[in-house]
Amino acid sequence: MAESIMPQLKKAAKKSLKARENELAYTSKQMEVLNGGLFADGELPLFKDKIAEIGHSPLRPKALEILQINVGYMCNQVCEHCHVDAGPDRKEIMTRETMEQCLEVIRNTGAHTLDLTGGAPEMNPNFRWFVEEASKAGIQDFIVRSNLTIIRANKKYHDLPEFFKKHNVHVVSSMPHYTRGKTDKQRGDGVFDKSIEALQQLNTVGYGIPGSDLRLDLVYNPSGAFLPSDQAAMERDFKKALKEDFNIEFHNLFAITNLPISRFLDYLIASDNYEDYMYSLVEAYNPAAVENVMCTNTISVSWDGWLYDCDFNQMLGLKVASKVKHIKDYNEEVLNDRNIVISQHCYGCTAGAGSSCQGTVA
Amino acid sequence: MANSYYDPADLRKFGNITEWSEELGNKFFDYYGKVFEEGALSAREKSLIALAVAHVVKCPYCIDAYTKDGLQRGITKEEMMEAVHAGAAIESGATLVHGVQMMNKYNKLSM
Repeated sequence: MAESIMPQLKKAAKKSLKARENELAYTSKQMEVLNGGLFADGELPLFKDKIAEIGHSPLRPKALEILQINVGYMCNQVCEHCHVDAGPDRKEIMTRETMEQCLEVIRNTGAHTLDLTGGAPEMNPNFRWFVEEASKAGIQDFIVRSNLTIIRANKKYHDLPEFFKKHNVHVVSSMPHYTRGKTDKQRGDGVFDKSIEALQQLNTVGYGIPGSDLRLDLVYNPSGAFLPSDQAAMERDFKKALKEDFNIEFHNLFAITNLPISRFLDYLIASDNYEDYMYSLVEAYNPAAVENVMCTNTISVSWDGWLYDCDFNQMLGLKVASKVKHIKDYNEEVLNDRNIVISQHCYGCTAGAGSSCQGTVA
Repeated sequence: MANSYYDPADLRKFGNITEWSEELGNKFFDYYGKVFEEGALSAREKSLIALAVAHVVKCPYCIDAYTKDGLQRGITKEEMMEAVHAGAAIESGATLVHGVQMMNKYNKLSM
């Protein structure tokens, strides 16, 4: 008993599951967990049966709005909850050739938003060239998901805020909490202070200031086995604390639910929280969120050019169920006529107010 | 039967109390839901009050529920512990203020 209430002294992992040869690095093992246990026993309903109740099985896409491109899994951080299993040891990096194929698509897509993610996308050696070229395509909203610490990680990244500004990039950054302790526990020692410095630097060049066209939004992921609460209330708390303590401003906070895959799944199982977490997700299932789950308006492209319904399916190796499976064969019309691939992790996007890379959806 | 009075999994079954008394159960849950909505007090403040009361009434289900609720709302552990102390202080104060009754009785009975 006494042991269980002692502070956890476990050090954050420094390596990806893949480098640690953890069995959950294999997508087949993750799928086995997601389809087994509670769901195989019939104790909890399968996601496909749940959405069938409201006539959404098979789940079908609406018009494409967001093209999300993952330019590589390499990252300067090894966050405990990372669904990408990103880290410094990951070598999967999008080549210039694949980027060229992506650019061809970006120039012709009907999507209004381009969303670059990783890993730390900035660590791709062709990142700046790619941003320069992509920004010429005239996409309405050009997002780069930056983890903030990368800006402070090395001298060669210090000018990123100016670079983003020059290309009118919409910066979306992770910030698990407005206190040091919670942030560092999830993301590693020193991450909070570096993130604060980076946010101040972004504010200095004009990002996040009320009324500014230079959009700076923050992403909040719960740092543990619980769901995010009301996004508007969290935004209010974040704004007040960051302004009072550090004079930092930002536009919107996106509250994103952690999906039970990859390192977060490993954490759930290791901390004996997996079953309770799945119960929480299923109990919080909101049919209204199904209407707008992001896979209905997004295509996710992996570092090696394969196409997925979302970044989570990408990490589970679940390619789109379409004749067109690779960026080199991209055809929006053909792609949009597909059934979306689902499994039990999808409950993460339909819990409560729903969750997407753009925050709540219901 | 379970060999313990409390089973964490029973918390998930709380809603089942309506099965044996639908009207009263529903009235309770409607009331409960309404109480914790944003009002003159924020839902966040009410969550901390609930956590303090959970400790005072020593309800393990409520402690689990409102620790999780606090985490979801971004409430810090320092805030949670202060709330528990506020509850504990009132509870111990309620015991100690009866010391006056003891003193009164003692004095009345003593020559």
